[in-house]
Amino acid sequence: MDILYILWLRQIKRYLRSRARLIGSLGQPLLFLFAFGFGFGPLYAKAGGGNYMQFLAPGVICMAILFTSVFMGIEIIWDRQFGFLKETLVAPVSRMQIMLGRTLGGATVATLQGVIVFLIALLAGFRPEHWYSAALALPVMFLIALLFTAFGTGIASVMSDFHGFQLVMNFLVMPLFFLSGALFPLNDLSPALATLVRIDPLTYGVDALRGAFLDTAHLGMGLDFSVLSLITVLCLVVGSHLFSKIEV
Amino acid sequence: MAAIIRVEGITKKFHDFTAVDHVSFEVEKGEIFAFLGPNGAGKTTTIKMLTTLLHPTSGTIEINGHNPVTEQNEVRKSFGIVFQDPSVDDELMAWENMEIHGILYGVPKKLRRERIDQLLEIVELTDRRRNLLKEFSGGMKRRLEIARGLLHHPKILFLDEPTIGLDPQTRNHLWAYVEKLNKEEGITVFLTTHYMEEADRVADTIAVIDHGKIIERGTSQTLKERTKTENLEAAFLALTGHAIREEQVSGIDHLRMRHRLWHR
Repeated sequence: MDILYILWLRQIKRYLRSRARLIGSLGQPLLFLFAFGFGFGPLYAKAGGGNYMQFLAPGVICMAILFTSVFMGIEIIWDRQFGFLKETLVAPVSRMQIMLGRTLGGATVATLQGVIVFLIALLAGFRPEHWYSAALALPVMFLIALLFTAFGTGIASVMSDFHGFQLVMNFLVMPLFFLSGALFPLNDLSPALATLVRIDPLTYGVDALRGAFLDTAHLGMGLDFSVLSLITVLCLVVGSHLFSKIEV
Repeated sequence: MAAIIRVEGITKKFHDFTAVDHVSFEVEKGEIFAFLGPNGAGKTTTIKMLTTLLHPTSGTIEINGHNPVTEQNEVRKSFGIVFQDPSVDDELMAWENMEIHGILYGVPKKLRRERIDQLLEIVELTDRRRNLLKEFSGGMKRRLEIARGLLHHPKILFLDEPTIGLDPQTRNHLWAYVEKLNKEEGITVFLTTHYMEEADRVADTIAVIDHGKIIERGTSQTLKERTKTENLEAAFLALTGHAIREEQVSGIDHLRMRHRLWHR
């Protein structure tokens, strides 16, 4: 327990101390929220979709969580390059504990980031259906964060340096975001796009978060939670397996 | 005296390249033992095998009575290590790096706090305990790593080229600490270096290693006597047929280097 706690705490401390990273990572969600939210708002309303800010905000919160958590996972490459990873790998603790501790820490940071974007969305005019929706939204956000931190950890475990980072961003993270229905509704999609959307795990995260905040889950909360939990467990298992194979 | 490290005929192959070739040696409890050899001789690979990070292709190792392949945790608890490259978290404070180490090694809280204070005092970093490590110089980081490696009361301290990149004054200081720790805490020290003068100065026993094989071992004195040379540098030349830092790199060395880069 102590070990999980100290590795968790390490991630939190690093996050809170690096203001530049904290503020920098809010730039993109802010841009999406304001430029997309207000830019497409009138068009969306005219098409009969209602208030676009209401629709978009959960998607952008998910985006912030996705980017932060993948990044938190990939940070292992830093630890490897700067050597701290060796210190943990040569300690008398199991790799599983190390992986779990830092994944929980990364997921907590990503959830915090999501909460910050939620607060900004409130300023931009987003209004959850009920005041108690936050109680349901928080576990959803944490589940998404856990899934993608474990995913990032797995990827970082098979990458030896930063050269693959751009590849991961452009061919994995960006598609995960754009195909998740964060920006557009899931009804009346072409079959090809609909299939891609249904394969994307983030789709279920975005849908669950809309369900939590607005009672408008398109796929149903039950399905969302099942898929998210299942893939999270899968990512944790595969991620810790790949992590246990790291050689220094 | 009893041996705390026993190595019998270990070999490590990376594909068809043999980095360590049938190496055997023993390190007595309480001694300072140096692996002396040029870059690429197999020093770091040996340390990695001794410290559970790599498994030997063949041969057996015993560290403090335990086998690093089958009893990883027992072995890990019995040594502290300072790696060739820094292994601290730059974004944390000095004491936080120590604290994490203490918890990873299961040192109880009260003892941990006492020991951290005491060790920071020894390496003269007490007034820097709340500084972030990115504000530390290379030498200060090294000192902190040594203190950290000792936090869990290890029986053996491994130092892999601990003075690389440090200025002569800091090097001097560092060896003074190591000698002091060896005397006062009775810790066995296993170090690798390619600096003759360092091996000559601190080590009780020196093993000369080249191309993955131990060529000769003994005290600095016996090495000189056996090769009938005046200093360790000449002794090394007599033993290996080349100086430790050759200006000209041989074709074989090039191949070795290429191999290393490709099969990392």
